[in-house]
Amino acid sequence: MTPIVTEFTPLASAFGGALIGVAAVLLMTFGGRIFGATGILSGAILPSGAGDRAWRWALLAGMVSGPLAVQLMTGSMPAVEIPISLPMIIVGGFLVGVGVNFSSGCTSGHGVCGMARLSPRSIIATLTFMAATIVTVYIVRHVIGA
Amino acid sequence: MKLIVYYLIGLVFGVGISISGMANPAKVLNFFDLAGSWDPSLMFVMGGALIVTFIGYRLAFRRSAPLMAPRFEVPTRRDLDLPLIGGSAVFGIGWGIAGFCPGGALPALGTGMIEVAIFVASLIAGLLTARGLRRIGVNALTKSTT
Repeated sequence: MTPIVTEFTPLASAFGGALIGVAAVLLMTFGGRIFGATGILSGAILPSGAGDRAWRWALLAGMVSGPLAVQLMTGSMPAVEIPISLPMIIVGGFLVGVGVNFSSGCTSGHGVCGMARLSPRSIIATLTFMAATIVTVYIVRHVIGA
Repeated sequence: MKLIVYYLIGLVFGVGISISGMANPAKVLNFFDLAGSWDPSLMFVMGGALIVTFIGYRLAFRRSAPLMAPRFEVPTRRDLDLPLIGGSAVFGIGWGIAGFCPGGALPALGTGMIEVAIFVASLIAGLLTARGLRRIGVNALTKSTT
């Protein structure tokens, strides 16, 4: 399988990244919470006993509305190109779910919010998952050749 | 009223993810494919998000409390343990296989693509499995060995 070549988009990516940061800062300013996709999703779906799920579902609804809002503004849906097979989606998704539950966070929670707070746990978590991802992509694409 | 604010914050995040390319597995996997079709765009996502969050958090924390909640609820742990590092590694392996992280996949659900829904369902299955494993003591076991 040949990987899909993607265009280098420094401006769009930096602008999108800045918006991710704006959302993280707004959630802290208004709600006093870390913007971590793992924590928000877990708190919304897992029975935790806490009666404060509504705000998480409101956040999730806003997140899911993102692509449609982009379509309304630019006239086209953001590209979602999936260069892998269905079994890989399922295995990858399952491993992501197991991993982020144990690590208590993912790219948004540890990689953005935790790193911005200079949390040692988040810095180590981010370095670990970035390294694991690089090694995995290397093995999948250049050793196994999937 | 509060829920509308949370919805809009989620929307800013969802738009940011969509514009940045984080919702596009082809782009994410190319970022990590240093030996192949490397696309450095995601470095700009991380950079943009971190600069805004780093500065914005410092402004947010000047207040004694958030605007819509009684207090800031940020993680205070600083210890590095096996669940954090092992979980991050497993997350990275999954991310390298599928190309979606939780914060990228949730907004991507809004495109209506079935593959994204399958990824998110697998992610939730992983979250529930990890939660079950932790309940039956894997967490205690890993803690006692560190």
